[in-house]
Amino acid sequence: MKIVQIDKEDWENGIKKLFEVYRLFAPVKEADFHNFKQIEAGQLPDLSCLNTRLSPKSIIYPQSEVMFKYSLDENEEDHHILKEVDKDYSPQAVIGIRPCDAKAFELVRLNFDSPDYKDPYWLNAYEATTLVGLACESPCSSCFCTTAGCGPYHAEALDLLLIDNGDQYWAKVISAKGEAFLAAAGWTVAVEEQTALKEIEVKKRAAEDKISAFVKTDKLREIETNDLYTAAFWEEVSFSCINCGTCTYVCPTCWCFDIQDENRGNRGCRMRNWDSCMYPLFTLHGSGHNPRGTQLHRVRQRFMHKLKYFVDKYDAGIQCVGCGRCIRLCPVNIDIRRVCGYMNSHVASADTCEV
Amino acid sequence: MLNPYLPYPVRIDNITVETEDKNLKTFRFVFINPQDEEKFSYRAGQFAELSVTGKGEIPIGIASSPTEKGFVMFTVNKVGLVSSYLHAMKEGDIMGVRGPLGNCYPWDQMEGKNIIIIGGGFAFTTLRSSIIYMLDPANRSKFKDIHVIYGARTPGMLLYWDELIEWEKRDDINMHITVDGTDDPNWKYNIGFVPTITEQKAPPGGEDSVAVVCGPPIMIKFTQPVLDKLGYSDDRIIMSLENRMKCGIGMCGRCNIGKEFVCKDGPVFTLEEINKTPREY
Repeated sequence: MKIVQIDKEDWENGIKKLFEVYRLFAPVKEADFHNFKQIEAGQLPDLSCLNTRLSPKSIIYPQSEVMFKYSLDENEEDHHILKEVDKDYSPQAVIGIRPCDAKAFELVRLNFDSPDYKDPYWLNAYEATTLVGLACESPCSSCFCTTAGCGPYHAEALDLLLIDNGDQYWAKVISAKGEAFLAAAGWTVAVEEQTALKEIEVKKRAAEDKISAFVKTDKLREIETNDLYTAAFWEEVSFSCINCGTCTYVCPTCWCFDIQDENRGNRGCRMRNWDSCMYPLFTLHGSGHNPRGTQLHRVRQRFMHKLKYFVDKYDAGIQCVGCGRCIRLCPVNIDIRRVCGYMNSHVASADTCEV
Repeated sequence: MLNPYLPYPVRIDNITVETEDKNLKTFRFVFINPQDEEKFSYRAGQFAELSVTGKGEIPIGIASSPTEKGFVMFTVNKVGLVSSYLHAMKEGDIMGVRGPLGNCYPWDQMEGKNIIIIGGGFAFTTLRSSIIYMLDPANRSKFKDIHVIYGARTPGMLLYWDELIEWEKRDDINMHITVDGTDDPNWKYNIGFVPTITEQKAPPGGEDSVAVVCGPPIMIKFTQPVLDKLGYSDDRIIMSLENRMKCGIGMCGRCNIGKEFVCKDGPVFTLEEINKTPREY
């Protein structure tokens, strides 16, 4: 595996060259937190943040996106017929994405790239994107990536993994896209692989050792869906939830969406917007009936989806990468690690929840 | 890459008011690009998203049969924003149809069997598609006895009245039309709820029989024990489910019952399959 050395002195110059090839996205400081933003010439990625408040999922999967446009003017040709819109799928790169957030794209891909249907919006954006990861040296206390199928140095979902090595970065090349990114920046000095890999392994262990939170997921597959669904603990887990939806919006692996027509005069567009299983309207029937009509139903759906349905459907682990955002930002302190513990250790019992 | 969200443009060719309360209308659509009809190749039991430009989409079962050519047909209940607007549209108007979506009734499993169709209220649309399909001269010999139990609140609430009467007259299909009640002294058919009529008229179940059940939850709830008693095992009771949908292709995340998406893995499930899910429908 090729490893390229980037002297931090050459960083700014390389970034400058990258603007010629890519639209660049990177962590940027906003108030007292960081978020991924498109940076412009003269700006540099702020790699000092532990992780961004929001996940970078919107770079590939915008919170709001136009799918089609149409005219409602009967005097116009093709009125009322939906037309595809021009999209910018030119190369873009995400610099400083954490390994967990990159792994999340792999999980979400299972939804948007199915054997039966391909979501062109998500897939075109994903194909156009180069993921330049930054290994985590000091994970947060709420990170539990190592037991969520990931880790601070997890490289598989990335195109390139940057490792901070004092006055230089080591760039571990994972894919051809990563190789092309380095070439575009003019970073081409390969280092002696064996020595570097050994040192990286030591740093990786040290980072992993700093992870202090864990989940157990080994029993989730074998426990019967309906036994988990009727478990009494959902009453307690959902009691304090206010269904605000913050967890689903900050989650890198939540993908649910709504489709809406937006009109202005005689023109309009069909939009897709992020949606959330926390909201009653998400499942409300036209008749007024709602199959997930209570707060308990909705909280249960979120955890059952991530930790049971997804596990059963794809055999690719849990639909969670352990980034900890939902734990840090939940206004009522609901903790997925605790819920996962309840689920994984559940034993079917006559004591069940009410709905 | 084909865009699975892009509807085929269609023109409303014909609109029929189906019920006395005028809340159900049947819309017949013709594809504006003739080659789209071939792409929209479907089987009985599937649904489509009707796309009313500027309002949105609604998932509706396909009421026409694959054996009927030149158009597709849907019967729509007026309930929400899109269906209400659709009810106000007129023949000649342009809109879209996206699909076909979901699975169909398990025709491979149903061939060679006695078929009993049980329907209630306006959940008779894909059942109409199935009956027309089975009665087609090319298909009738593939099935043994066909029984249909179909009920509504009143005679005026039964869908496809003219066809029901035509089927009544045939000897290759056993019709059991029923209403909850009527003050019409000339009513010649059954009076009673669907589960009761099922108990009286349905043939016994067994290896050779398959029941297809579509209707409101209350009808399904009371029909199920009747079918049990008649000897229909859970894997021979076929049901079509409904849930709120948007994408129709298993991606937007709202219509799941457990790990199954009603839109893509369904809407047709056996009772045996449904019993393994949390039944969130």
